[in-house]
Amino acid sequence: MSIEIVVAILMTVIGASTPVLLAALGELVVEKSGVLNLGVEGMMLIGAVTGFVATVTVGSPVVGVFAGMAAAAASSLIFGYLTLSLTSNQVATGLALTIFGIGVSALVGAPFVGMTTAPLGPIFPDALAKHAILKLIFGHSPLIYISVILTALVAWFLSRTRAGLILRAVGEADHAAHSIGYSVIGVRYLAVAFGGAMAGLGGAFYSLVLTPFWAEGLTAGRGWIALALVVFSSWRPWRLFLGAYLFGGVMTLELHAKAAGLSLMPPEFLAMLPYLATIAVLVIISMRPAGAGAAAPACLGKPFRATA
Amino acid sequence: MLPRLEPRREPSRTMQYLTPLLAVALTMVAGIIVFTAMGHDGLAAMKEIFVTPLTDPNRWQDLGIKGAPLIIIAVGLAIGFRANVWNIGAEGQYVFGALCGTGVALATWGDEGWWILPAMCIAGALGGALYASVPAFLKTRFNVNEILTSLMLTYVAIQLLYYLMNGPWKDPQGFNFPQTRLFETNQLLPTVIPGTLVHLGIPLAIVIAILAWIVLERTIVGYEVRVVGQAPHAARHGGFNSKRTVWLCMLTSGGLAGLAGIFEAAGPFGQMTPQFPVNYGFTAIIVAFLGRLHPIGIIVAGLVLAISYVGGEIAQITIGLPDAATGMFQAMMLFFLLAVDILVRYRIRFGAPAPAGGAS
Repeated sequence: MSIEIVVAILMTVIGASTPVLLAALGELVVEKSGVLNLGVEGMMLIGAVTGFVATVTVGSPVVGVFAGMAAAAASSLIFGYLTLSLTSNQVATGLALTIFGIGVSALVGAPFVGMTTAPLGPIFPDALAKHAILKLIFGHSPLIYISVILTALVAWFLSRTRAGLILRAVGEADHAAHSIGYSVIGVRYLAVAFGGAMAGLGGAFYSLVLTPFWAEGLTAGRGWIALALVVFSSWRPWRLFLGAYLFGGVMTLELHAKAAGLSLMPPEFLAMLPYLATIAVLVIISMRPAGAGAAAPACLGKPFRATA
Repeated sequence: MLPRLEPRREPSRTMQYLTPLLAVALTMVAGIIVFTAMGHDGLAAMKEIFVTPLTDPNRWQDLGIKGAPLIIIAVGLAIGFRANVWNIGAEGQYVFGALCGTGVALATWGDEGWWILPAMCIAGALGGALYASVPAFLKTRFNVNEILTSLMLTYVAIQLLYYLMNGPWKDPQGFNFPQTRLFETNQLLPTVIPGTLVHLGIPLAIVIAILAWIVLERTIVGYEVRVVGQAPHAARHGGFNSKRTVWLCMLTSGGLAGLAGIFEAAGPFGQMTPQFPVNYGFTAIIVAFLGRLHPIGIIVAGLVLAISYVGGEIAQITIGLPDAATGMFQAMMLFFLLAVDILVRYRIRFGAPAPAGGAS
């Protein structure tokens, strides 16, 4: 195998991993604050369609990315209002958000199906990325570098900053955090909005970098894989990074097998692999002896209502 | 003065009945606003979606056809949701059950016998239950979250469907279209009203809901499901086994989803095609909640969602409302329901807080 082919494969793996990583990073922070938002898939779709529509309309993919993040964050605040202010069931509300995202993205995107736009291409000049190895370093869309930086930032924020400590306290012991004067609901609103913006960023990556076009249900369940990755990571950002790249590899197997002319199994079975791998990984994670990894935040999924 | 929320001593029964109605009303109002903002005639759109399906007798049979699978799936899901067992993969169990039933249909193609259709239906229900047993096993044995596993399996089932349509089960005389041969007459659900499309699955959906109601209200199993959901600690003390409840809920909801699947394949479709999955399994989640997780409520809620499907189709033809509007609309209904749900547990008060002891 020539170095070019290896690099080409790695490039597709990075491309497949990044959107899931972005969305999962957001959800990790949300869950650390004690909230389970099952609306990731819906928010990704909202981010993807808004990013694409804004890019086509305004002509700038940068505007598109921010529009996608803003729209997804706005949709996450519907979830936030219902679960945090009205204490609705988080599982049901998250599902509603996903169903809503599927519907609203299909509706908004319908007139834009079949259009394409200039993708948000590599940030560095082509001259830098001529050689295969250099391409692996310098040949990416800015969002890929941003995803690595964001992983580091989230890891630093959660473990090294005071605000991160407060967020974790709210997720681990909401009533204690409340009684020493922190706003549990306020912190959770911020976390939910961050999770929404990150899911939107991941979605916009699909419609502006990977494809770049809009199709109904573009994210094909990747939002759910992002949710599973958060469990896989035991709520640790760098383990999440690793998991996302592992899954990127599995998700692109179908592509590579086709390119290499291999026909080990029908393409439909290859397309099942990421989902089956997710189940396998969830089982392996659950078999780990207690104490070997960080457990879920203690208040995950539980509604909080301050008692006077 | 700002309104405040004051906790009720116990959930309001009146509000439990009123809030779904309120949610539907709010959805209509929001629909008028959204569709007007999109440049349609919002009021006309609402009338087409919610009124025309009821006033046009030609569309009544469609309400039954759309409503039946939603009711059957939602009844199963509601049993699980009551016990905090979150089977989100009904769509996958629906597809897998339909595939199992289709397998029987293809294997018996050309045979005669009264037993073929019942065998297909049993295969459908067993297939759905089998598919749901995977998340049930993983949940009870390894404590793996059933939401994620059942959902992942939905994507797997859909790929399995594509594989079978493109390969082994493709109609040999089908001009290479990826679909099975048409079922034979003795493999189709009979119609119950001659001259219409009203198939046996529609009255059966009502029967299933009523049976589920009796089981939930009148048997120890129904009691167990409620106790495990509302008071897991008490349930353990009372000797109820939460693992058994998970199995019970997953197998029931999976089996009913599979049954709905084969009813759909042997009913409106009359064959299996890649277009078979139409998200009934997800819409049924909305039906279950809108029906307050109560089988009789689910019959009404299934009808409401069926109206929105049929009305959505009508509005598509008459005023050019996009197809996708229906999905958004249905999700809005669930959002509004979850929002107004707070009225069940809290009352809105204006003015100063009640004196201490008045409410707690």
